[in-house]
Amino acid sequence: MFNNVRLALKLGFYGGIIALFISVIGMVETFDQRNIINGVVSIGLGVLLINVLVIGYQTAARIGKGLVQPGENGKQTARARAIVIGNGSLAGAVVSSWLALLVLVESQINLRSVLINVSPELISLLTFGLETGAGALLLLFLGTLFGGLGAFTFSLPSRVRRPLVAGLMWLAFWGLLSGVIRTTLSEIGIPSVVAKLFVKIEGLTPLGAVIIFLLAIAINLGNQRWREPLIERITLLPPTRQRYFRFGTWALGIILLLALPWIVGRVTSDTLVLVGIYILMGFGLNIVVGKAGLLDLGYVAFFAVGAYSTAILTSADEISAIQISFWAALPIIVIITGIAGLLVGAPVLRMRGDYLAIVTLGFGEIARFIALSDWFKPWLGGAQGVINIPSVALGNFLIVGPQKLYYLILAFALFALFISRRLDKSRVGRAWEAMREDEDVAETMGVNTIYYKLLAFAMGAMIASLGGAVFAVKLSAIFPHSFNVEVSITALSLLIIGGIGSLPGVVVGAFALVGIPELLREFSEYRLLLYGAVLIIMMIVRPEGLVPSTRRARELHEDEAAQDDWLKSETERNIITPAEL
Amino acid sequence: MKNTLRQRIGEQFSLITLLLWALRVGVFIVVLWGSINTLASGRYEASTWINLVIAGLAQGSIYALIALGYSLVYGILRFINFAHGEVFMAGAFTSVFVAEALERSGFFPKYPILTFAILLIVSMTSSTVVAVLLERIAYRPLRNAPRLVPLITAIGASFFLQYTFRGLYGSGFHTYPEFGQLWGVWNIAGMDIQIVQVFVFLASLLMMAGLYLIVERTKTGKAMRAVSEDKEIAALMGIDVNRVIVITFVIGGMLAGSAGVIRGMYQPQGIWFFMGFHPGLKAFTAAVLGGIGNIPGAMLGGLFLGVFETVGPTLILQGLGIPAANQLKDAIAIIMLVLVLIFRPQGILGEKLAEEKA
Repeated sequence: MFNNVRLALKLGFYGGIIALFISVIGMVETFDQRNIINGVVSIGLGVLLINVLVIGYQTAARIGKGLVQPGENGKQTARARAIVIGNGSLAGAVVSSWLALLVLVESQINLRSVLINVSPELISLLTFGLETGAGALLLLFLGTLFGGLGAFTFSLPSRVRRPLVAGLMWLAFWGLLSGVIRTTLSEIGIPSVVAKLFVKIEGLTPLGAVIIFLLAIAINLGNQRWREPLIERITLLPPTRQRYFRFGTWALGIILLLALPWIVGRVTSDTLVLVGIYILMGFGLNIVVGKAGLLDLGYVAFFAVGAYSTAILTSADEISAIQISFWAALPIIVIITGIAGLLVGAPVLRMRGDYLAIVTLGFGEIARFIALSDWFKPWLGGAQGVINIPSVALGNFLIVGPQKLYYLILAFALFALFISRRLDKSRVGRAWEAMREDEDVAETMGVNTIYYKLLAFAMGAMIASLGGAVFAVKLSAIFPHSFNVEVSITALSLLIIGGIGSLPGVVVGAFALVGIPELLREFSEYRLLLYGAVLIIMMIVRPEGLVPSTRRARELHEDEAAQDDWLKSETERNIITPAEL
Repeated sequence: MKNTLRQRIGEQFSLITLLLWALRVGVFIVVLWGSINTLASGRYEASTWINLVIAGLAQGSIYALIALGYSLVYGILRFINFAHGEVFMAGAFTSVFVAEALERSGFFPKYPILTFAILLIVSMTSSTVVAVLLERIAYRPLRNAPRLVPLITAIGASFFLQYTFRGLYGSGFHTYPEFGQLWGVWNIAGMDIQIVQVFVFLASLLMMAGLYLIVERTKTGKAMRAVSEDKEIAALMGIDVNRVIVITFVIGGMLAGSAGVIRGMYQPQGIWFFMGFHPGLKAFTAAVLGGIGNIPGAMLGGLFLGVFETVGPTLILQGLGIPAANQLKDAIAIIMLVLVLIFRPQGILGEKLAEEKA
């Protein structure tokens, strides 16, 4: 009993700190401009709400473990349920009390002179426009209510809980992307009068929200009931028939991939191109970091070399002496960047992993300093950059505008994907793997580590150069400030969130970390905060990433497995008993 | 016998060794050529050089204070606390608000020394809090993880902290009020020496002397040295390893915080959320230069880097005919890091731990 309360207080305390943090750094206020459900809840408040719900749910989950096995056969006593919900409410109350405290303190002291984001707008948001005392009380009440609701969700049988949670998640997701849905709907020709019923630029309408919620529940229930049998039936079919299904899925995927820019519209296509560039970068960085195990933090340097060589070779600007077509320039660009890869790779050959990381970071900065410097201004344009980069022409067809540029980046990304897949199973891929595992052993086994390290750097650089080339063409002008350390960190973060070494992970990571922040413009201010948090949390909680490659996951948990084995063998031999540990 | 001789020759004259020697000679020639050119041009007098060196020492002592944090943590945990530059920023950025407030209230012009003390306390406290939280939340769960995992976490923490402080205090620039008394000039033997530079240098030396006493003379220092030697054995000897690690972060944070205020005295402008990134990178360079894990080495490395970075562009790059050489100041520091890591990864004073203890 006492332990439960202490746990609720503890979780509430942490949740409260998170809520306070989100509020004080200005996220709540910034995201208030966009609504999940129009006129009901904004993204800003939605984030706080989700925080409270999750804390309530977590409290219930930790306490409930000892009391009830929720969901299974519904064998919960009323008392256990009351304890769970009561503690969830308590945790929720503690969370909201932090925010109430903020409101009270702000009413006495002017925090804004230092903490720039504790603005009157934030306070009025938190107090729902009421005056201090009443607002704080309402806040506390709502915190308790939603903490209890979170706990209540846990106490439901899983048959009910799963669709419910899925519905809420869908709601949050599509609410977040309501602007995109809106443009997509008008793009595929649905008249705006009809579209407005479901979704507005600022958020879903209540009607749209209900529809999405119900749809999600229906899909989830359907999934539970029909998916497994369907898969089973397909596997029972003769192989020739199975091939039709596989072929059908592939064809559907390819058609979707090709039609994507015309479905989502011009604005979103622009984001797609950017995501594509980062997917390309992710594939390239994956060769260096994922396969060869060299943590390269200066990956932006190759991106910059690719972009700059494209600019200089194709631009009509006075800086570039030559002007050739994109396709003629492309091999030269790739070769130049490959050489840059060798130049960066050569000095760091004998360095240890962590030194290598920081030195490559330094190289990335040097690339920017050089592009910015007066020294190289006659060739690279200094701070003014290079302008007038022409669009790519394919015969008489000009690839102009994001919707057509999409196909260019798609082609490059598929090419990079193909190379990465082939490398995985080749002699080179195995050599890299051996090197990553243990350099000395690999060398003893006859792997020429110097050659393979340089190869990894050069290959990674070449793939990045394609991204740089598309980037230059996309913007038709480049400036040194675009090539800062943020690019490297973004590429690293998307690689890590997806799972190092996992190619589908790169795609997922790029959509999550580049796509969504790009679509929500308010988000851009907090992009790097998010990346930093992603790096920390992923490393602590799930180092293998969201879509892990099986082998990497096994490597990362090798130590634990070894330890477990040791423990097991020792206990079996009765040398030590678990109690002694 | 014959075979081994041939092997030895083959080893010594492998392509890589040859390239490294070529690089070594190349760097030497470039430095020499640039310096001779500049000196021969006679554009600068001896006093200019001395002034540059003193300015470099002042700058370098700030690097040294930050570098000590890297070195201490590395010595004990064997990992690079990449976010240490942000620990420095946290102190400088927080105390600038106190400084501005004291300036507005008129307290500052009246009691400058007291103000300095207050700023120092505020800055050290906030840096220490950040450093300890960092250790507790981000690093402790990963203590036995493979080496690159905590480094990636540290990089994440670095950006997380930058943008947290941006969210807290805004993205604008702030400026420390100027300590009027410090901005005079001493005339010694016909040369003008800026008082502030001497002050910065002395203040940093004082901090470092304090650190030296703690590490060498106190029981805590002894425990720190024991833990850095061998964590497991130290634990067996009854040393609370977790406590020692926290203390290490506290000391590193305090030094970084003091560096924050001292930097504010010396270069009052440009206090913002990104101010820790490049000093952090350079302080790491300094730590490596002196031999990472080595305390006197970090001090020496910092001072050397400061001088090199101040004198270098003028002395070497101008001689090579590179325009606006000072733009490349930061690049010089990074190139130096690369060269040190290629040719002498153990640093100036470091033992050969680069390989074995890795």
